[in-house]
Amino acid sequence: MSMIVRRSPLRTAGKYAAIGFYLIFALFPIYWLIKIALTPDALIYTEGTRMLPSALTFDNFAAVLQSDFLGYFTNSLIVSLGAAAGTTLIAAAAGYCFSRFRFAGKRAIIALLLVTQMFPLLMIIAPIYKIVAGLGLLNSLVSLIVVYTAFNIPFATFLMQSFFDGIPEDLEEAAMMDGCTRFQALRKVVFPLTLPGLGATLGFVFTAAWSELLFALMLISRNDSMTFPVGLLTFVSKFSVDWGQMMAAGTLALIPSCLFFIFIQRYLVQGLTSGAVKG
Amino acid sequence: MRSARKNVVPGADRARRSFYLRYLLEPYLYVGPALVLIGAVILFPLILGISYSFQSIALLKPFETGWVGFENYAALWQDDKFWTAIGNTALWTCGSLFFQFFLGLGLALLLNTSFRGKRLFQALVFLPWAVPTFLTALTFAWLFNPVIGPFPHWLAGLGLIDEPYNILGDPDLAMWGPILANIWFGVPFFAITLLAALQSIPSELYEAAEIDGASDWQRFSKITLPFLAPMIVITVMLRTIWIANFADMIYVMTGGGPAGSTEILSSYVFTTAFRKLDFGYASAIAVALLLILLAYALILLVVRQKLVRT
Repeated sequence: MSMIVRRSPLRTAGKYAAIGFYLIFALFPIYWLIKIALTPDALIYTEGTRMLPSALTFDNFAAVLQSDFLGYFTNSLIVSLGAAAGTTLIAAAAGYCFSRFRFAGKRAIIALLLVTQMFPLLMIIAPIYKIVAGLGLLNSLVSLIVVYTAFNIPFATFLMQSFFDGIPEDLEEAAMMDGCTRFQALRKVVFPLTLPGLGATLGFVFTAAWSELLFALMLISRNDSMTFPVGLLTFVSKFSVDWGQMMAAGTLALIPSCLFFIFIQRYLVQGLTSGAVKG
Repeated sequence: MRSARKNVVPGADRARRSFYLRYLLEPYLYVGPALVLIGAVILFPLILGISYSFQSIALLKPFETGWVGFENYAALWQDDKFWTAIGNTALWTCGSLFFQFFLGLGLALLLNTSFRGKRLFQALVFLPWAVPTFLTALTFAWLFNPVIGPFPHWLAGLGLIDEPYNILGDPDLAMWGPILANIWFGVPFFAITLLAALQSIPSELYEAAEIDGASDWQRFSKITLPFLAPMIVITVMLRTIWIANFADMIYVMTGGGPAGSTEILSSYVFTTAFRKLDFGYASAIAVALLLILLAYALILLVVRQKLVRT
């Protein structure tokens, strides 16, 4: 497609204008977030709408690092990593199953997974609260990990399936001919080839769990088990004046999910593409 | 080779039979954990939630618990806030979807060409997707702040509004705040999905069209669009449902206010459950939302079927 050489200068200009538009559109809010975090408190009101602050400070970050936010950060890390690991493991197994087996009930199970993607998840927020409260697990990070894992399994399963579909079946069949069990073949032959897929799934679930707010608000009320979003919102309502610190905390929250995302976004396109080619 | 494996199953002798049993059970070993978890954490609560909508379950009134039949639904019918929320849900969903889709399509088309620094560009423009929702909401709330946010000042500078004022506090305009934030957040999703579909179009088609002297527009309308159409229908349908269910942005930015002017059904479900702790009523709203979305999906699927047939 890129072989067309003759291009009018007008079109090239239009293309670069579009590139510029999308860059500004995507980056401006992020820039603003970081800018506020670096602006000294005294200047936030006087220089509110200036593009560049006249002075920079790291005081907000220093203040945040000494507050409860480190605890929220740790809680969020535990929950997100736990959910990401759990989901990836379970979804990889299910995705492998969809990719390699034909069995009774397969279509029904796939339909079931699709249905879970369609109905309002908030519908189960009240029942989940009651169940978790009944189990005495309110304010426990374990309940959040289990809930997030379940929520992300359907999408992660389809993602993993598309990665497994991209790996020729002959590879493990050859290994099974040579006397491996299916599980051994999976572990020794297929697993190394799906590492990018596993990475993408991990990153996807991590990002999703990292930003989940409403269920965490419902299930967590004790300060020492709050995740980052809950902590930040409580922060807003408690000290609504200190925007600089809040944005500094926000900037810190941005780091892990953006790191993960930059790593995974290529694989996400890849995974979706191979899925699209197949079906 | 799937068919080859099937031939291994004559099932006559005993050794073969145990092999056959394992062969039958093996898939369920792999898919089992996923099924158990989804059953326990999503499907069971879902059924429970539907049953709540026929009960009176408010944590603040613990002595009035019990089955009440359709009382919650009757109350819903009388509830002005509910009807406003339906209208708001439509505006929120259509407004977000329209711009997300067209900006996403533009971005996907752009990413399907080649230019210098494309990989960096792709990573950067997809970044909004990685920004946690609550953070997007807080940042946009800040950007709309009448004193220190740039948006009201820009709009005033352009002469669109008389003076920088609190747009999020204006019942007529407030919804566009969360919608803008949602557009920003959702463009990468559409771009990624549509890009994946674009890349699956065989390039021979374009080359053939090129040789036959087709114009750019002809290539877009005769090759690209027909190939994308099925993907577009499915993506738009799934995304509509997802956006209609997406309450975080509104909850953080406006909390449904001012005066309920940004309350959509899903944020109404959440505030009823979380602030009022009235689980029965919250579940009734949720069931209503579910029915509306089901009707929407059915209509869209029927229309698609008709289009495919003709």
